[in-house]
Amino acid sequence: MPELNTSSLPDLIFSILFFFMMVTSMREVELKVEFKVPSGTELEKLERKSLVSYIYIGKPTKDYRAKLGTQSRIQLNDKFADPSHIREFVMAERESMSERDKPFMKMSLKVDKDTQMGIVTDVKMELREAMALSVVYSATQR
Amino acid sequence: MGKSKKVPGLNTSSTADISFILLIFFLITTSMDTDRGLAVRLPNPPEDNQQDPPKIRERNSMIVNVNMNNQIMVTVAKNSKEIQISELRELAKEFISNPENNPDMPELIPVELPAPFGVQPITKNHVISLQTDRATSYDTYFQVENELYGAYNDLRDELARKTFGRPYRECNEDEQLACRQYYKCVISEAEPRKYN
Repeated sequence: MPELNTSSLPDLIFSILFFFMMVTSMREVELKVEFKVPSGTELEKLERKSLVSYIYIGKPTKDYRAKLGTQSRIQLNDKFADPSHIREFVMAERESMSERDKPFMKMSLKVDKDTQMGIVTDVKMELREAMALSVVYSATQR
Repeated sequence: MGKSKKVPGLNTSSTADISFILLIFFLITTSMDTDRGLAVRLPNPPEDNQQDPPKIRERNSMIVNVNMNNQIMVTVAKNSKEIQISELRELAKEFISNPENNPDMPELIPVELPAPFGVQPITKNHVISLQTDRATSYDTYFQVENELYGAYNDLRDELARKTFGRPYRECNEDEQLACRQYYKCVISEAEPRKYN
């Protein structure tokens, strides 16, 4: 019985590899808060990922609960933060964008369903002060 | 001389395994999730020299109040009632369009709109104001926002079907802009009240 010719197998796998490298993006941050976003019907797709900065709000994950309790917290980049850090965060994000993209900056709020509005409103007030007015409430399609 | 030496071929049988490992590495470290969400625009920051906000006539404002127990109350022209989230969209649509020129709903003012609408009576001065409590749950707030934006989207879609004969999302940019100006989205959010 002739052996199966597998010499093109690496090429095949490589093309799959390149496909995945193209269509996916690196996971930027390690999540330190847990969140389940709400579901809605009037959602839009976020087209250009380079324009989007993320703010996560939710309960700290298990590893951090002993230290921080179960109160909802804000995560910016890799760190827990207070609402007062948001202005700095927006500045830094804006600085890292190209001049042409700056006016189109979007903030994506990934907020847990069970969060209370108080903390969300604080964040929103800070975003207004930082003139980051385009906000997307992240959600899943219902 | 004479005996030609044959170069042994490189053993490449493990290349497939190596690239498999790379592939798996990329599958794990990357994410393909397409982010979706409800896009809103926040108002400009409040200015220091606070002037009184412009007076809004009672018939022009719809106040949606969500309390700490996630109950929803809607006030139009001093008539308040508690409603379920499922009723909100219809109420908002009626308020925004005021099809019967009800004196308790926003006044219809003729406004010059882009072609093909021309001058049309629209509820130019209407405002939907959303008030929440600091203890309101984000989920309820999101559902309310979703219904309010849904009301605008529904109205625009109906208008687009009536005028252009196709749904809003299939219209070209000019037509969409015209529909958006016909039903202009005005949702204002007050800072939540603090109860001490």
